[in-house]
This record gives sequence, C-alpha cells and structure tokens, in this order.
Amino acid sequence: MIDLLHPGLLVVFAGVALALLRGPVRAAVALAAPLAALWIVLAAPAGPAWSGSWLGLDMRPLAYDALSRLFAVIFALMAFGGALFALNQKSRLELPAAFVYAGSAIGAVLAGDLVTLFVFWELMAVGSTLVLWSAGASAYRASMRYLAIHLLGGVLLFAGIAGHVAETGSTEFARMALDSPSHWLILAGFLVNAGAPPLSAWLPDAYPEASWSGMVFLSAFTTKTAVCVLLRGFPGTELLVWVGLFMVFYGIVYALLENDMRRILAYSIVNQVGFMVTGIGIGTEMALNGAAAHAFTHIIYKALLLMSAGSVLYATGKRKCTDLGGLFRTMPLTTVCGTIGALAISSFPLTSGFVSKSMISQAAGDEHLLWVWLALAAATAGVFLHAGIKFPWFVFFQKDSGLRPPEPPLNMRLAMLFFAALCIGLGVFYQPLYALLPFGTQYVPYTGAHVVVQLELLLFSGLAFFVMLPMLRRTLTITLDTDWVYRRMAPALVAAAEAGWRRAVHAIGRSRGSVLHRLDSAVQGLHGPQALFARTWSSGGMALWVALMLALYLLLGYL
Amino acid sequence: MSEHWLVRPSTIRLLWRVFIAVLALTVAAEFFVAHHPHFDVESLPAFGAWYGFLACAGMIVFAKGLALFLKRRDTYYDDAGDGRDD
Repeated sequence: MIDLLHPGLLVVFAGVALALLRGPVRAAVALAAPLAALWIVLAAPAGPAWSGSWLGLDMRPLAYDALSRLFAVIFALMAFGGALFALNQKSRLELPAAFVYAGSAIGAVLAGDLVTLFVFWELMAVGSTLVLWSAGASAYRASMRYLAIHLLGGVLLFAGIAGHVAETGSTEFARMALDSPSHWLILAGFLVNAGAPPLSAWLPDAYPEASWSGMVFLSAFTTKTAVCVLLRGFPGTELLVWVGLFMVFYGIVYALLENDMRRILAYSIVNQVGFMVTGIGIGTEMALNGAAAHAFTHIIYKALLLMSAGSVLYATGKRKCTDLGGLFRTMPLTTVCGTIGALAISSFPLTSGFVSKSMISQAAGDEHLLWVWLALAAATAGVFLHAGIKFPWFVFFQKDSGLRPPEPPLNMRLAMLFFAALCIGLGVFYQPLYALLPFGTQYVPYTGAHVVVQLELLLFSGLAFFVMLPMLRRTLTITLDTDWVYRRMAPALVAAAEAGWRRAVHAIGRSRGSVLHRLDSAVQGLHGPQALFARTWSSGGMALWVALMLALYLLLGYL
Repeated sequence: MSEHWLVRPSTIRLLWRVFIAVLALTVAAEFFVAHHPHFDVESLPAFGAWYGFLACAGMIVFAKGLALFLKRRDTYYDDAGDGRDD
C-alpha cells in the first residue's frame, strides 16, 4: 500500500496546492506535507517500489535503499524546517516553488533509473529558478545565469545518459567507471550541480540573490542531490579527491575575502561539499559513510546559519558585513542559534559536524593518504576561520553598527530552535544517524585524542583569526571568479566581433566597383532582406503553393 | 544608553585571558589521553595547535595575495556588462 505513494511527488503536488491556498490551511499543508513524505520514506520497505517499462526502457522511478532513504529523510526534514521558517514570507510564489524544488530533489535521490533521475534533475532546476525569481527583479539577471549553467549541466547529463543507455542497453543507475565519454559526461553533469570547478561561481553568484527565506531552501537540495548521485555513481573515483580538495580551499579563500554575509555562507557550501566529494573519491566504506553523514548534518547546520542570516536580512534589510555588527544586543536568540550553526559547521565536539566530518578524515588516515589527511586537517581549521568565527563575528559582534533590530517572528524563531536542537542532538546522540548510513559502522567519534586534537586545531585557528584580524577587515569589494568569463569577457568579445563586422560591411559598401562590392551586390540581390530568396511571403501565398504541390503529388501518385 | 557589559574593555581583557588559559589547557590535555596516530607527524608535540595556527595564517596570507589580482569594487558588475573594466 505504502509502495503506491511517492514522497517526492507528494511534496511537488503539495507545492502546487500551496499556490492556491491561503491562511491557516496553507500553513497546515506546508507543514504536514513534508512530515507525510518523511513518514512514507521511513515506513517504505527497501527495494524498487515502482517499476515498469516506458518506450522500451526499463524504469524504476521509485526505489529505496539505505543511501536514497538517508537523503530523502534529510530532504523531507529540510522541507519541513524551511517551510516553518518561510511561513511569513509575503511572496506567494516562493513556497510553492520551493516545494516543487524539494519534492523533485526527493524524487531524484529515490530514482532507481537514469531516465527518472534526469526528469527530476531538470524539475529541480525549474523549481530552484522559480525560487530565485520570487525574490523580485533584483534577482532576475543572476537567476538567468543560474538557469543557463544548470541547463548546460542538464544537457551534459542527458548526453551522457543517452550514450550510456545506447552502449549498455540498461537504464539502471548503478556504479560507473570512467571508461567511456558518456560516463565522463554524466560525471560532468553531476559535478556542475555539486558546485565543482570550473563552474562553481554559479553558486555564490545566484544563491545570495534569493529572498531571506529562499536561500535557506536553495542551500540544501541541488548540491546535496549531486553528492547523493556521486555516491551512487562514482564512489572511489580518485579524480574526485582532488576536485573535492580544490573545492574545500576555494571555498575558504573566497569566503575569507567576501563582505556579503550570505555570500560567505555560499562559498562555504562549496567548501563543505568539497569535503563530501573528497570522501566519495577516497571511496572506502568509512569515507562514503562520512560523505553521506556530512551531507545530512551539513544540510541542517547550513540551513540554520542561513536562517540566522535570513533573520538579520529580514530585520535589517542589510547583507554586507561592513553595514552590520553588534546585533547580539537585540537579537540574542538569533545570535545563539547562528553561533550553534557556526560551531556545528566547524565540527566542534558535541555538534553534528564533529561526528560526520571526522569519518572522512579517519578514512584518509586509514588509507594512509598523508597529504589528503593533512589537507583535510588544515581545511578543518580553515572552516572555523571563514564560517565558524568570521560569520558570527562580523554579523553579530565586531563594531556596534548602531542597528537595534528586533528578533524575527515566532515561526522563524521556532525553525531556528528546531535546527539548533538537531545540531546539538546529532552531535551527542549520533547513533540514530549512524544507523541510517549506507554501510554499517562501529565508528566511535569521541576518543580522547581525537577530541583534544580537534580542539587544538579549532581553538588555535580562532587565535589566528583574532591575531590577524586587521588583515581580515571587511572592505566594499568582491573577488573575481570564473563567472567573469561569461559576465565580462564573453560579452566584450561579442561586442568587439560585432563592431569589427560592422566596420567590414561599411568598408565594402564604400568601395564601389571592387570585386568584393560586386559580390556583395550579387548576394544582396538574391539573399537581401527584400530579395527573392529571403523576403517574407504571405501566408495565403504559401498555403496556395502547398496546396498546388500536394495536388501535383496526388496527380503524380496516380500516374 | 550604557555600554553593553560584553563590549567593555575589562570584559574583553578577561575574555582574552580565559581564551589563552583554554588554549594552554587543550595543549596540556594532550598528556592525559591515549594516542593512536596514523602518521608520524601526528606524534609531534601539540601538532593540532601549531598546525591549525599555521594553516590558518597561511590561508589568510594566500587569500590576501590572491586579492591583489582579483579584488574589485562590489559595484563592478552593476553596470550592464559592457565589457569595460572599471
């Protein structure tokens, strides 16, 4: 019976219903639908729930295993927390769009075949773009760049899937080796959504343009769906270790230079997904468990951080660190919740980040990957630097900006408290999370040496922050990224080419009697705007000609 | 409006002292836990402390170096992308 229900589609349809509902009924549906999806995901038995055939392809649109269940659980929880936080969002488009987005993300991780995966993958791009659009005109240009990148990723993925199906005759989504162009294309499509280089700039470009509640949703689904499919499709692919480590340090360095509080957190998403991608590249059971667990905990603490940033944006309308500071006076709850999120992302002992990220480092140690292990340790310190201290310090403390904003409304406070409780709860009682992981594990995160070394790493990186604070003073600047290529260089090249072309045409027009001019006149005579081959024809004339040709065809048929 | 107790210079001095004491405690705690290192470098005294500090200092310096080339005013992209550098 429960097999018949699709938790992802349930959330998608709830989103469509939300567009029509108002008042308490709308709030009730918004909170109940993700919980219903969560219940279905937890209650459904393992194995393919839906299967069939479509256009001669074997389809398993809904399949449960440990990996898909883990991601579906956290996506449903995230949709619930995000909906609670966004209940007072005035935009009538955002929450429905966010539910289509969240539901299709659940559908994508529960997809047992590549075709279904692709359909939900594209629906996610549509849903997330609508979330950006609902933020208004200021987000429009960024949303179009976002959409262009994701459609490109979708094209890569589709080409790869088509090639894979043609080569193997199977649509099953299982582990792949990088042995054919189509598998490289699938990997590229996945990595675009993960925020991997060279296109990672789409993430800090677009997400911070969403509304105060919109970015909470955006932070969770696209990149973590990519992590889930990488876990299923490309575990143990060594390339991913290096891609992941690049993302880790890219995120830290760019976040250190950033002034916009939500762009700091956007770079930090790339950084955190980098840890997961590195774990997937290492590929042992410990590493894959670590990547999956880190995706789970990261969704919660990053949403919490963005809720606190969203509350600040909601209350002050400001987003730059240079305009903020000293908000702890009138927003104590937001400060505490944001700080708990900051401690969790830094993987402080007793927070959720500690029990998940440790497994990735442990796996690097177990495999004797010294340089990877050293890089991960340095990055752990760097996370505390760029997100753990920098975000709360510049937003809630540092100088007194003179702003005295009130705490946000009750629903937003409750959402923050819920996620803050999860951050601490999972850090202390980690067994339920470990029980959900893809592989059984006996890992114990809390050993004396591990806790002490972690505290040394983090606290001394805190010392580095305060000692070097003058070097971290915020300025009204951005840091150029690869999006410069398509935001500045490409338009400049097109403009230059256009100008060159116009000059050439002009020069030909002036050189009467030359060969080029005569050639040009000949071409214009046949193909110019009003010439025989290019001028527009009336519909009536076209219909007459078509009728005549069909008549001729009929006649020839009888001859 | 009186100054919040948290931003008084006396509080900040106290916080620094507590912070330094905690730093010293974490290093001292190393002698009271059982170690099972994967790598030789882990066995160096106070590895987490100096490695964490140096790694962060290195990343900050690298970021400032990168900023020399890639930093722009935050209005850089605001004019409609006409290809001119500002």
